[in-house]
Amino acid sequence: MSQNPLLPPITEDNDVFWQGARQGELRLQRCPDTGRLIFPPRPLSPWGEHREPEWVAVSGRGEIWSYVVPHPPLLPYFSERAPYNVVLVALEEDATVRLVGNLVAAAGGPLNEIDPATIEIGARVRVVFDPEEPEFPLPRWVRV
Amino acid sequence: MLKDATAIVGIGETAFAKQLAGSETKLAITAILAALDDAGIDASEVDGLASYTLETSDEVEIAKTLGAGDISFFSQVGYGGGAGPATIGHLAMAIATGQCRVGVAWRSRKRGSGQRPWASASQSPTTAAQWTRPWGLLRPVDEIGLITRRYMHEFGATRDHLANVALAVRGMANRNPRAIMYERTLSREDYMAARWISEPLCLFDNCLETDGALACVLVSADRAADCAQPPVYLHAFGQGLPSQSHTMVNYWGQDPLCGPSWTCARQLYRNSDIRAADIRVAQFYDAFTPLVLLSLEGYGFCGRGEGAAFSEDGALELTGRLPINTSGGGLSEAYVHGFNLINEGVRQMRGSSTSQVKDAEACLVTAGEGVPTSALILRK
Repeated sequence: MSQNPLLPPITEDNDVFWQGARQGELRLQRCPDTGRLIFPPRPLSPWGEHREPEWVAVSGRGEIWSYVVPHPPLLPYFSERAPYNVVLVALEEDATVRLVGNLVAAAGGPLNEIDPATIEIGARVRVVFDPEEPEFPLPRWVRV
Repeated sequence: MLKDATAIVGIGETAFAKQLAGSETKLAITAILAALDDAGIDASEVDGLASYTLETSDEVEIAKTLGAGDISFFSQVGYGGGAGPATIGHLAMAIATGQCRVGVAWRSRKRGSGQRPWASASQSPTTAAQWTRPWGLLRPVDEIGLITRRYMHEFGATRDHLANVALAVRGMANRNPRAIMYERTLSREDYMAARWISEPLCLFDNCLETDGALACVLVSADRAADCAQPPVYLHAFGQGLPSQSHTMVNYWGQDPLCGPSWTCARQLYRNSDIRAADIRVAQFYDAFTPLVLLSLEGYGFCGRGEGAAFSEDGALELTGRLPINTSGGGLSEAYVHGFNLINEGVRQMRGSSTSQVKDAEACLVTAGEGVPTSALILRK
């Protein structure tokens, strides 16, 4: 099995997110003035007067907003796992923050373990962190 | 004001094929020379150029190879399939404000013989892609598939509605000898039996992979009266980059099912005497079939969530209430980032389409839904 070729470089904008993931915490930016979550993270808040975003841990609970099941041709790492699911999860704290992830049976479980026919929009899920890449524990999702 | 101030007086294109000989620059020049010949304007008169940021044939290469004179306006528009109509719109603004007199817009692409863009994306993703690609959301079809599944869930749309688009557009290609799919008919059974690319999207929900180039020549309405072809006036132009939107992965706004088309349409119609209700033929950007359903809504042919129902009863076919993509579009004529939709819009206004819509006085031409986008209303 090859290595995930699409891991991001660590940047000023995403560093805290991945630090949180390594500690099993889903961290997002928040606008200190309006209290609104900001995603994807960026250098400054689009709202409020102070503009300097703060980082907060969120619950890691949400519901499936949509999903797709990619089939090859794909990059080899993903072809080996296809067909697999990709879900978009609307967070409990703010349903307009929708995280791309995968529905798995348990943390570290393969991407293609869940029968796509059983995936339902609106299903409640919680975050788990995949230990496959220690520097990038990708948040994925399990049903609750 | 931009309204009717300029006109497209020349169109040109190469053949379309999975593979063509010659560089993208050579194909571009071939298409531009054909467009100038169509207009009856000499290359030395060209002083305005507009294309896509993704274009590999840049202004310097084009101007010197074409034999253009001094260029006084040049512009590139970003966001791939969102750019087509904006290249025309930018030239129109430049001509209307006196920055140039003879404008050429073009797109040349060897997408058929080249690599798929996502397949070369195996470097570290930055910007929005870093929040989607690591989880296997790799290709445009996967990105639009997420929007499509939600659309089906929320509004009761089915694969039959997506097939309505694919079949209508294929029917147009079957009447157009220049279309890559001219000789290949498509049935609903074929559609339903096709292999998945990214469920819920199958092979026939995806556009072609094509080599080809196209070009348009734009001049002022005054000058247009003296050209070889009847002028096709640029009646209205809009661009749209909605608040808090993202390119292709537009998942983090208030309502991802109301994409850039809605923003673009507001600007388009603001300065237009022609409304959706007046439009009898349209060329919708169709890299994927669901983009057409979303665009029908965004450009005001029906309400939010009603695009699927609108497509029923052959509405999008030549005898329907709104024939679309009458040369076969990106799905069945050629996929050249939507520029063939512009040339076909011009042919509809000239009365020379192979799927001519009788009594069509205006034609809508759109760029990609799901990316920062643009649109034109052309009229006779």
